Amino acid sequence: MKASAFAYARATSVANALEMLTTYGERAKVLSGGQSLLPAMNLRLVAPELIVDIGELTELRGVAVKGEVLTIGALTRHADLLKSREVAAHAPLLKDAVAHIAHPAIRNRGTIGGSLAHADPASELPACMLTLGATIIARGPGGERRIAANEFFVGIYETALTPQELLVAVELPVTPKNSTHFFHEFARRHGDYAIVGLAAQASIRDGRFADLRLGFFAVGDRPLLAESASKLVDVAITPAVLIEAASALDDELDPLEDQQATPAMRRHLAKVLLARCVSLLLARPDLGAGAPA
Amino acid sequence: MTATVAIALSVNGELVEANVLPRLNLADFLREHLKLTGTHVGCEHGVCGACTVRVNGDIVRSCLMLAVQTQNAAIETIEGLSDSGEIADLQSAFRERNALQCGFCTPGMLMAAQDLLKQSPCPDRERIREHLSGNYCRCTGYQAIVDAIESTAWARRGRRP
Repeated sequence: MKASAFAYARATSVANALEMLTTYGERAKVLSGGQSLLPAMNLRLVAPELIVDIGELTELRGVAVKGEVLTIGALTRHADLLKSREVAAHAPLLKDAVAHIAHPAIRNRGTIGGSLAHADPASELPACMLTLGATIIARGPGGERRIAANEFFVGIYETALTPQELLVAVELPVTPKNSTHFFHEFARRHGDYAIVGLAAQASIRDGRFADLRLGFFAVGDRPLLAESASKLVDVAITPAVLIEAASALDDELDPLEDQQATPAMRRHLAKVLLARCVSLLLARPDLGAGAPA
Repeated sequence: MTATVAIALSVNGELVEANVLPRLNLADFLREHLKLTGTHVGCEHGVCGACTVRVNGDIVRSCLMLAVQTQNAAIETIEGLSDSGEIADLQSAFRERNALQCGFCTPGMLMAAQDLLKQSPCPDRERIREHLSGNYCRCTGYQAIVDAIESTAWARRGRRP
């Protein structure tokens, strides 16, 4: 199908974009890469009155490291993240995750800001933001607002952004040197929507987790930073400990049913990912043999 | 409120100026306005890959880009790549290997394949499949397409050791 008619404005500055968003509110939609918005418009799931195209706001594009903070502009494309030396050095989890986002032609247009503002519960970057403890920076009529990732995602396609605000950047703490990560998702075909995925970051000391952050996606109406990870920190991991953590994880999940999988299948796969992640990060093949029941 | 917008862009090296409605996507602009019908329109939501074109050197889905977003951009379509001879070897490999049947997906396949071969001169079969993962073929299956791309990669490597 084709999108229904709309008016189009090419924003000339962030201030200009904000003026239009203030006037139009929910009747406007921000267009960056368009890889989620345009399919939704072509399918007539959304029909904005005005499209505010921020594609030429080059000040919103790029990756920079300052001290212990990695800042990524909202218009940075997935393809840019994949090639960025700063991302590879300071947020390697993100690089692994981006390789799973859709296909090359989509990654050449899709942006990090667009993906986060769209907040699809099956997408990779929102979960990575939780795992990495990101801060999302939005600008609105009242100035700049800094929103912690764990307060940003509030439901399916729903975020803490108001219709008058523009997501301009994200800040990530630089990953510590001794830190390690795991990323995997189950999908029927490379690049398809994940059935279940896990983005994890960990510090390991003497064969134990000193810190473990588990960001699951496609396990509910928003990404989940699993509290059950705490059951695996500062303890010797045995199969029994892992089973207990998997059972606690099960209580935290609220998976949706769709044409790809039942909630029961998603619960099972989340536990498979947990076991694989722990086994791989600790280099303990004995723990990853199968999914804890 | 939905007035036309003036755009100026380059298509296969030629300057094009037009007035377009905002809702017009790039695929329809190429096909309906410029009569460049080699770019095919399949799913219209970014899944099938038949509409793949190059914008400023990068492959993109032309159904997921508005014509108004191409202001000042350089677009290359399958007609451009074909006429310049850039993919002549890839096209003949597709013919020799029977890598097409109805041909609907072929322009998108060729765009994606050439993109891969430019980035990675000797991809293995798994890498080829991964790069084509966003392009659907509904007749021949993918084996012959992967064969054609692999043999083109070998031949190009032979020519440029």
